[in-house]
Amino acid sequence: MKRSVIFMLAIALAAGATSLGAQTLNSGLRGPTPLNDEGPAPPMAPMRNTSEKEVRNYPEQPPVIPHSIEGYQVDLQGNKCLSCHARARAAESRAPMVSITHFMDRDGQFLASVSPRRFFCTECHVPQNVANPPISNDFIDIDTLLSRASPGGRR
Amino acid sequence: MSAVDPAKSGGGFFAKVWRFVLELVDVLIRPSSVFGLGVLVLAGFIAGVIFWGGFNTALEVTNTEKFCTGCHEMRDNVFAELKSTIHFSNRSGVRASCPDCHVPHNWTDKIARKMQASKEVWGHLFGSLDTREKFVDRRLELALHEWGRLKANDSLECRNCHSAESMDITKQSPRAAVAHQRYLFTGERTCIDCHKGIAHHLPDMRGIPGWQ
Repeated sequence: MKRSVIFMLAIALAAGATSLGAQTLNSGLRGPTPLNDEGPAPPMAPMRNTSEKEVRNYPEQPPVIPHSIEGYQVDLQGNKCLSCHARARAAESRAPMVSITHFMDRDGQFLASVSPRRFFCTECHVPQNVANPPISNDFIDIDTLLSRASPGGRR
Repeated sequence: MSAVDPAKSGGGFFAKVWRFVLELVDVLIRPSSVFGLGVLVLAGFIAGVIFWGGFNTALEVTNTEKFCTGCHEMRDNVFAELKSTIHFSNRSGVRASCPDCHVPHNWTDKIARKMQASKEVWGHLFGSLDTREKFVDRRLELALHEWGRLKANDSLECRNCHSAESMDITKQSPRAAVAHQRYLFTGERTCIDCHKGIAHHLPDMRGIPGWQ
């Protein structure tokens, strides 16, 4: 009994060691570059540049930006995003208006325009790159999860 | 030579000027008794070529980026800001220099702009913008000048390179294609109405149409 436990432990250790070794040799993110070297930087992926909305993965998700925002100035002087997404500009630009929650201060009071704490768009909203993720994601959204649980639902 | 009679040289200042003008005309219309006609014509022609060539050469020297960035006001503020934009560094390496956007190419308009620019020389000599703080404080005023100029000439300097006729909107992003069809091709807007702050940082944009 005792001997077999030690034997199994040894096998487990060996397996772990080999998998660790394999990881150092070819880790998904680093590629074949040794740990003490810095590999070549991957080429920069282009920004997704469309006008199509992307579906949110969960209701609270800040919508991602489907277009390029290169050169957009968002600072004390001005906010390029609001040139289209502001309340008064949305009709002309046909861009979605920033949601009313952006007008709230931290006490829940609505201000006349975008609240300073919600002014810097890219703190939450990000543009998308056209790139293959190095590690795949098995996230499923809540609708898929619920339909799996229901009788006759997709499994 | 018709010397003015000293007896008649009295009178006011205007009378004196008038007499001088009459005398000058008298000299100018009389044929030369020393130089031949050919010599005079040739000398006039050569002098004209030298003057005109020199004038245009000097004008072109002031129309280079090297000249513009010779002053630290331009080099440390607007030129430094330009360097990170697409009009300085981009995939094909075609770039705009200062006069491409800020000086009209048409000769008469160019001279008019150069005369305006003499005020900028004054500003340099008297240090109106000699620190970053002074420059930032006056950025709105300076930007308003340029926006007004480009609005008045229908963004001529933009259109020297970016022609609406040659725009292939199928190669543009959907957003750009829609906006250009609705506003640019109909003539409702001109380039500068939407494309502000593309080559330099923006001033305080509160109250500018289309900005928050």
